[in-house]
Amino acid sequence: MLVFENLTKKYGDITAVDNLNLKIEEGEFFGLLGPNGAGKTTTIRMLSTLTPPTGGSISMDGRKMDRNLTELKAKIGVVPQHMNLEGEMTAWQNLELHGRLYGLRKELRRKRIDELLQFTDLSGRAHEPVKNFSGGMKRKLMIARALMHAPRILLLDEPTVGLDAAVRRKMWDLMKELNKNGLTVLLTTHYIEEAEVLCTRVGLMNGGRLVELDTPKRLIEKTGKFVLEYFDHGTTRTSFFNSRQEAIESAAGMEGSVNIRPANLEDTFIKLTNRKVGD
Amino acid sequence: MQFMTILWQEYVIFKRKFWSTTTGSMVGPVLYLIAFGWGLGSEIKVGGTGYVSFVIPGIIGLSTMTASFSNIANSINISRIYEKTFEEFMIAPLNMMVYAAGKITAGALRGMYSGLLILLLSLAFRAGVRIDAYFIAIIVLNCFVFSALGFAVGLLIDSHADMGKFTNFIITPMSFLCGTFFPLDKMPFGLKQLIWVLPLTHTSLGLRSRGEDPLSMASHLGILMLYFIVFLFLGARLCKKAE
Repeated sequence: MLVFENLTKKYGDITAVDNLNLKIEEGEFFGLLGPNGAGKTTTIRMLSTLTPPTGGSISMDGRKMDRNLTELKAKIGVVPQHMNLEGEMTAWQNLELHGRLYGLRKELRRKRIDELLQFTDLSGRAHEPVKNFSGGMKRKLMIARALMHAPRILLLDEPTVGLDAAVRRKMWDLMKELNKNGLTVLLTTHYIEEAEVLCTRVGLMNGGRLVELDTPKRLIEKTGKFVLEYFDHGTTRTSFFNSRQEAIESAAGMEGSVNIRPANLEDTFIKLTNRKVGD
Repeated sequence: MQFMTILWQEYVIFKRKFWSTTTGSMVGPVLYLIAFGWGLGSEIKVGGTGYVSFVIPGIIGLSTMTASFSNIANSINISRIYEKTFEEFMIAPLNMMVYAAGKITAGALRGMYSGLLILLLSLAFRAGVRIDAYFIAIIVLNCFVFSALGFAVGLLIDSHADMGKFTNFIITPMSFLCGTFFPLDKMPFGLKQLIWVLPLTHTSLGLRSRGEDPLSMASHLGILMLYFIVFLFLGARLCKKAE
């Protein structure tokens, strides 16, 4: 459905995205995971035609993305990282504006607005100015807005940044449900847990490059299923093992406290990039 | 349809801020009218008529300029740099020329609204302003010229502080110099010619065009139209390239 071919973006001497090659299939929940500055947002910005690539291309259903190709743009729904709702307008008016911009007929607009406000639990606040909303409500409204024109792919750029844990989990349920109903989702995140819980496939990005690409489960297995953490000369060190038994055997001769736990995507990330997500 | 959508959005926001917009638009003109109309004006005559009658067309010109320019320049600048609502339009399957046309028209309408308020105010000051089709055409064109300039400047300038500088160095001097408060013939050689080139001068001259020959009346319209086309072209170019 989506093909990134040698996609590159440079800002002067800085290469934000470096030769990205990637295919995303219909119905996938794909996650681009990486620390700040890895090139995730730039990739999303190029896909949504906000910024043109310096080299390479992005194709959707075999056609190259371009700012002037309005029919391709109408197939994409975008939830940007920053809140960009019209604060002086109500939730209803924000959705109405989007529906009008995407050329939806009046009856369809009204129907979609009702459905989406219900889906995002915002029906009760429909006619209140958005500037009075909490961060979580604004995020939900942004998702509703991106879905107004029934896109085929939803781009979510760090959709849960700044939300508290409970709201984040609610957002996860919402996103999972959308994907279950057949919507292709491309998510960027620097929350490892988010990628692990939601994504069917994950691309690890670092320094503008795609360093690894697989299902979360296989990525973890590649590193080792179990982690042994121990304290050595003032620093915490980690070793990876394929079974708990191997980890226990290795820990047997160690002095001081050790910790054995199942590996997660964060371990994979640290091992592959030698840096922590969020650094 | 999409053009009307942009106007609808502007109307919704205008309606929400109706009172603050209306009272805000009147502060400047009222102060000018008091200071230059009642204060200074009662003692002065320009070209045989009272100063109030002379200054009101100037105040209409400068106020419609400021309202059209600042409304759109700030709205585009803030939505592009701070609120990022501009991205919603860039992502949408919307021709950016339609966006430019919608925003510029909305800005011009906002300027015309403030022009209407001043005309109503001038009734209270009993200044006999004669309104005809030419007078209205000049005001409408003035609003479109400065709305288009505001659109281009809002896209061009990348910080709100620099927006203030543009107003300080370009808009404010124009509002005082372009024949708004005094006749141009009092200006020394050189400065007079420089001022004559500026768009607001042709608004001021056009709004006071009693007794002018048809050719120079047409030239004011033509020059304002030329400015509008240049600013529109610039804005459209910047809009297509915006990131």
